[in-house]
Amino acid sequence: MIEWLNTIVQGVLLGGLYALFAMGLSLIFGVMRLTNIAHGDFIVLAAFGAFALTSQTGIGPLGALAFLLPLSVAFGYALQRVVLNATLARDPLPSLVVTFGLSIIIQNVLQEIFSADPRSIRAGELTTASVQLVEGITVGVLPLLIFVVAVLVAGSLQWLFVRTTIGCAFRATSDDRDTAELMGLDARVVYAWASGLAFAVIAIAGLLQGMRTTVAPADGPGLLLYAFEAVVIGGLGSFWGTFAGGVILGVTQAIGFRLDPGWGIWLGHVVFLVILLVRPAGLFPRMR
Amino acid sequence: MSGAALLSTHALEARYGDFQALFGVDFSIGAGEVVAIIGANGAGKSTLLKTITGLLRAPREAVRLDGEPIGGLRPGEIARRGIAMVPEGRRLFPSLSVEENLRMGKHSGRTGPWNLDTVYSLFPMLHDKRAHPATSLSGGQQQMVAIGRALMANPRLLMCDEISLGLAPIVVKEIYDALPSIIAGGLTAVVVEQDVGLARLVSDRLYCLQEGRVTLAGISGEVTREDISRAYFGDQPQAAR
Repeated sequence: MIEWLNTIVQGVLLGGLYALFAMGLSLIFGVMRLTNIAHGDFIVLAAFGAFALTSQTGIGPLGALAFLLPLSVAFGYALQRVVLNATLARDPLPSLVVTFGLSIIIQNVLQEIFSADPRSIRAGELTTASVQLVEGITVGVLPLLIFVVAVLVAGSLQWLFVRTTIGCAFRATSDDRDTAELMGLDARVVYAWASGLAFAVIAIAGLLQGMRTTVAPADGPGLLLYAFEAVVIGGLGSFWGTFAGGVILGVTQAIGFRLDPGWGIWLGHVVFLVILLVRPAGLFPRMR
Repeated sequence: MSGAALLSTHALEARYGDFQALFGVDFSIGAGEVVAIIGANGAGKSTLLKTITGLLRAPREAVRLDGEPIGGLRPGEIARRGIAMVPEGRRLFPSLSVEENLRMGKHSGRTGPWNLDTVYSLFPMLHDKRAHPATSLSGGQQQMVAIGRALMANPRLLMCDEISLGLAPIVVKEIYDALPSIIAGGLTAVVVEQDVGLARLVSDRLYCLQEGRVTLAGISGEVTREDISRAYFGDQPQAAR
């Protein structure tokens, strides 16, 4: 019994990381209906950025984040203004093709610079430290930290979207772009800020993924798949929905791994497909 | 009308792809005026408003605000210069509450007499519903939100597209009764209306459009029913295409 509880707890913590992967994706899709195929590759890019910073300069992960976060926001803002805004139309194909192209470019550039070797961001004792929650359940400090960060990110994004003026502008532009512009907004700028925000989450996710495990240049599409599954399971109602989607995916994979070491990822896909069939709008869809 | 116009269009043309919707429209409105635009469905009334607000492309010189060319600027830029719109069909933001919808008007960045308090005193029932999702309100109340949202922008020119459409006559009267207190604040308004009687009643001057051309322009109290009917349906030789 306690072993199963342990499995679920580990799965929940893993789900926190998946939620971090997913929230940037659902933010961009929610505001501008753009599916960013390169989302996972941007997470890997951020992880390699953090790896280069920590290994070359000797600063810690937190120092790397302090540098990476503003850089990532600026990059996301500029990418949207210069490239992605031009791909937005009723037809989703241009944005899919362009972000798919970006995905290939990022993978190859990373391989050129860093080779195909998997890399990891050194986090010292944090990597191996663990705490005992109750008798029989011990969790790693780093996975616990990642989960707490995911909760904070989901809560902050939810607060921002519901309570702030810029959040209102995001929701209004998502509802009706023309009318939002009649109010005095420039949708191109609103979209750019949404991307900047999503890239802040991408920087955090990349750093934590690189600390928790290894990253290789070709990992991006796999991360995108988990992010996708979490978004579809959770639905587009709120960031808590996306968070729940990540946790459900994490728990399912953990249970799968427990049943048979070969089943983990597979069971996650199965549950994703079942939810897609039974509840195409996800478990927590937008309420109107 | 004399002196410089607040807003004017000059031989304005507009098209949707290959379809031309406006042909050389000359329109002007002076500060403090209420001007009505009437015409049948598809006459180009909404198209005219869309070109003025920047939702449709226009040559730079064809639309002027205070003499300054604004044609083809982005809608956000035109809104910040002081033109606010109550769009046809209200177009409230469904994800936003009543109060959040009203606050959206403040993105014009303009200051003036209108704020949440003054809008709520104009339409008191909105205050009670301020936390409700905007689209959960009745049609008339939604129209009040749409008007309040435009007023929150503190515009120099307010443009209302088909306010009465789909509303009960008593609700329409209630909304138009608020118009004098809106105009009293020095606001200029363009009112697009299907209801010709109502349009004549609330406006100083009126324009009638037919198939993208101005077929009648005059003082609302002076034009006759016959003039309007001719301009509206174009059953006169010179109005034929």
